[in-house]
Amino acid sequence: MPPMPPAEAREFVRRRRGRNIALLLALVALCLIFYGLSMVKLAAAH
Amino acid sequence: MNSIVSGPPEAEFFLPGTLGAEARDWLALLKPRVVSLVVFTGAAGLFIAPGHIHPFVAFIAILCIAVAAGAAGAINMWYDRDIDALMRRTSRRPIVTGRIEPADALGFGIVLSAVSVVLMWLATNAVAAAVLALSIAFYVFIYTMWLKRSTPQNIVIGGAAGAFPPIIGWAAVTGNIGVMPLVLFAIVFLWTPPHFWALSLYACKDYARAGVPMLPVTHGAAHTRRQIVLYTVLLSAATLLPVALRLTGPVYAVSAILLDAGFLVFAWRVLRDLQDVGGVSLTNDRPARQAFRYSLAYLAVLFLAVMIDHLVN
Repeated sequence: MPPMPPAEAREFVRRRRGRNIALLLALVALCLIFYGLSMVKLAAAH
Repeated sequence: MNSIVSGPPEAEFFLPGTLGAEARDWLALLKPRVVSLVVFTGAAGLFIAPGHIHPFVAFIAILCIAVAAGAAGAINMWYDRDIDALMRRTSRRPIVTGRIEPADALGFGIVLSAVSVVLMWLATNAVAAAVLALSIAFYVFIYTMWLKRSTPQNIVIGGAAGAFPPIIGWAAVTGNIGVMPLVLFAIVFLWTPPHFWALSLYACKDYARAGVPMLPVTHGAAHTRRQIVLYTVLLSAATLLPVALRLTGPVYAVSAILLDAGFLVFAWRVLRDLQDVGGVSLTNDRPARQAFRYSLAYLAVLFLAVMIDHLVN
């Protein structure tokens, strides 16, 4: 694969970083949702 | 249709300027304006359902409805990218302009669909999750891939996709499907044709260019105007069903009657618009544009009336 021009490479890295951060935030949000749901269901069970 | 079905796309790009350009594109893929109406009708179903639901679970259920609607919109944009490129009002969508790769949009839509259904199941129950999955499948496979390009009845039958949210909201609380959510389903179902045919009257050239068999393209504007009046009458009758069945009180009854009267006036103006022999408007479809805008407010206010009526009673 031929090397990318510097500007394109910078843009590629920037976009990849942005998507990684977005994915991380989504996963953290999912964890919080699962935690919250577990708490609600446990409270209801008692 | 929205409804889960596609709405006025020109609004899809008026998103907060503080978001990054790419984040805005991904958000636009979810058709936020359509989602807002879907969320509202879903929340109404949830709000009026008998029984108790924890506020956090209610929030998650509404979030799932929103995510599912957005995901279906993303898959719709992936599938329709060829015709979107041909239509002026959809030509700025992120896949068409190359800002998002088609495969990325498809993957995004599929993952969000799966997450929304599984999360709905975990948070509420299997019935709500099943109806949510059905609504996504109906919109993607029945409306987008089949009906939209094959019949002028596309938005009539496809309108069912956007009518599911009140049932989903109700089922999230009760675990079953009652009469009231079915009536709300019928209302959204019958609201969809006059809403979209009003839009298609002034976007007729776009649809014709893309080869989408919308009613004004296949049967002409005059026929479409008559159908708008017919469906508005049917819609008005459906909105009075909750009153006849004693499912709602006076707040809803008065609101529905006033809103119906307004919609009938707008539909009548569309029918009587100054037009040539083929029914094409000579006023730049001003009445159709007004009817389209009114129909959006109509549904929102009607569902707000359902909720207020429930609160009062």
